[in-house]
Amino acid sequence: MSEIIKVGMADLKTCVSPNGVTTLGLGSCVGVAIRDPGTKIGGLAHVMLPDSTAIRNSQQNIAKFADTGIVELVRQMEKLGARRSNMVAKIAGGATMFNFQSQNDMMQIGGRNVEASKKKLKELNIPILAEDTGKNYGRTVTFFPETGEFHIRAVGKSETVI
Amino acid sequence: MGEISLEKVTENYFDVLKEIGNIGAGNAMTALSQMLQCKVDMKVPQVKLLEFSEVGALMGGEEQIMLGVYLGVEGDITGSMMFLVEQQSAKHLINKLMMGMAPEGDTFSDIELSAMQEVGNIITGAYLNSLSSLTNLKIFPTPPALTVDMAGAILSVPAIQFGIFCDRILLIQSQFYDDISIDGYFILIPDIESYSKILTSLGIPVDM
Repeated sequence: MSEIIKVGMADLKTCVSPNGVTTLGLGSCVGVAIRDPGTKIGGLAHVMLPDSTAIRNSQQNIAKFADTGIVELVRQMEKLGARRSNMVAKIAGGATMFNFQSQNDMMQIGGRNVEASKKKLKELNIPILAEDTGKNYGRTVTFFPETGEFHIRAVGKSETVI
Repeated sequence: MGEISLEKVTENYFDVLKEIGNIGAGNAMTALSQMLQCKVDMKVPQVKLLEFSEVGALMGGEEQIMLGVYLGVEGDITGSMMFLVEQQSAKHLINKLMMGMAPEGDTFSDIELSAMQEVGNIITGAYLNSLSSLTNLKIFPTPPALTVDMAGAILSVPAIQFGIFCDRILLIQSQFYDDISIDGYFILIPDIESYSKILTSLGIPVDM
């Protein structure tokens, strides 16, 4: 019997096939899903902010940031037996939920989260196989390390698989 | 002044924040009542400091479809503010405002969204007005933006703002009702520096 493990906001979880990982209602946050197709070990990080070094008290919760969260996810997967050199990633989220005229930097946070996630994955030499990012709506995502399928649901839209 | 943390602010000044929320929500309801031209009652608002993971559950799950109105706050304090209401409740409010002209269903037409934006504008405006007169601070709202989406996705916006300096989110749950019960949520998101401004203006010595 397989289980779907829930990942909260600013949180990360690993799983082993046939289990999956899910996170509900991603807005401007980004869901970074990584798997090792060899061992079928996978994981999902729900990152909220791009850069831990730009923040005071950044030690509180490393899962919150793209830079530290992705590194931690990879570390936990390796601990389970996954191999870094096999790892591949898919990402979703990073929406701009509200359309503002004001040029507030914070309003671009979705895009910045996406950029930061890509940058960190590149540094770690983990290729991004697919993404569904940006736009202006929330997403619920579920990742299955067995197949690498990343299911994405949004309000008023049919489910897509990347 | 040392490092300010939301935990400390809330711990030490919880009653003050609660009172601000209470008065703000009260004014908002009065404004709503005038606009709808009917009696609107409210319960005493609950002020809550929640972990990110708990917020969605409070509103009926991260996937609960909500309507969110979001606006910036400028002037003596800076930050932003959000008002959230569950989809069916929003529909009810709109229908009231449009004198029963809004059709039933899960979708919102442009005119309904525009009506709701106005409701959000008035409610948040009244809220900020009361905060402004309470503190004698100049507080200006920017024009609101509105969206209908999953609670988790909408809440990611204020959560990210809180996330810059802490791991929790401070919100005010206000339940009000005319003929049906409506759960509305106010989230005031002052920049962390603005907290001490608000408290100082209220004559409360800030020692953090």
